[in-house]
Amino acid sequence: MMLLAIGPGTGSIVAVVLIVLALVWYLVSTIVQLRKITDGLDVVIANVGEILAKTAPVEEVVGAINKDLDAGVDLLEGLLVKKAGLVDAVGLVDGLYPGAAAAGLRNYPDSTTVKAPRIAEVYTRGVLTLARLGREAPIAAASPAGTVLRNVEGGSLAARLLYPEMRQSRPPALPRSPVIGTDAPVQYEERDDIGAPRKRLPAR
Amino acid sequence: MTLWWIGDAVLVLVVLPVVVYLLRGVLNAASSIVPSVERIAAATGSGSADLDAVPLLLTTQSQVNQTVAGVAGYGGSLDVILDDAE
Repeated sequence: MMLLAIGPGTGSIVAVVLIVLALVWYLVSTIVQLRKITDGLDVVIANVGEILAKTAPVEEVVGAINKDLDAGVDLLEGLLVKKAGLVDAVGLVDGLYPGAAAAGLRNYPDSTTVKAPRIAEVYTRGVLTLARLGREAPIAAASPAGTVLRNVEGGSLAARLLYPEMRQSRPPALPRSPVIGTDAPVQYEERDDIGAPRKRLPAR
Repeated sequence: MTLWWIGDAVLVLVVLPVVVYLLRGVLNAASSIVPSVERIAAATGSGSADLDAVPLLLTTQSQVNQTVAGVAGYGGSLDVILDDAE
């Protein structure tokens, strides 16, 4: 009865109003969320702009650093190969960085085929050169303010150890010198001929 | 009159749920984007802060340049002091 009193037109109006209310509610909520997204993207854009500004000179600076380091590597490799030879140079590098001999030296393609000597166990020309450098080179004198590499005036054991072992490091192993004198533990008989007139040889 | 009532019923029982379903989907999609955008904003902020040390690369470049120059000078001295291998 009540429904009939309202009529179908009123029902249509109510239905349309409900639809419009739903549209308004959800569209306003969507707008609010889109506003939040816009604000967040503004922050993102600002931060990305800062990142771009801060990273702009990185490529140039890193390129310059790599160029300097490449020059240093070329210099050291060339000096090492010139002074120690390619074989010893590869051995020295492999001794410092085990397994590095497989990669070889950058500017020497032939170094990859070199069999690296076990330079840490065998004295090579390079080691002898360093030993000689410790004795003769004026490096220690050139840096009087710092610690000397080796006491070239007082220290001698380090240099003596470079030579075959005789008596420089174990003097107690040698027989001691004899003790002489009246209180010596071993007394020797006095020889008669000592102090006597020299025998004259027959005249020719 | 009956058809009008049927039309009203269709509006309330079919059109309104479909409209609500579609709008709710749009709202959920928009709401799910907001946390992601906030995390991206925080990450870019942290990344930008991490790059504050980039100007130190200029110091590194200067140090590397001086070191290589020192190595070059030392290498020149060693070249004079030491004999060649061959």
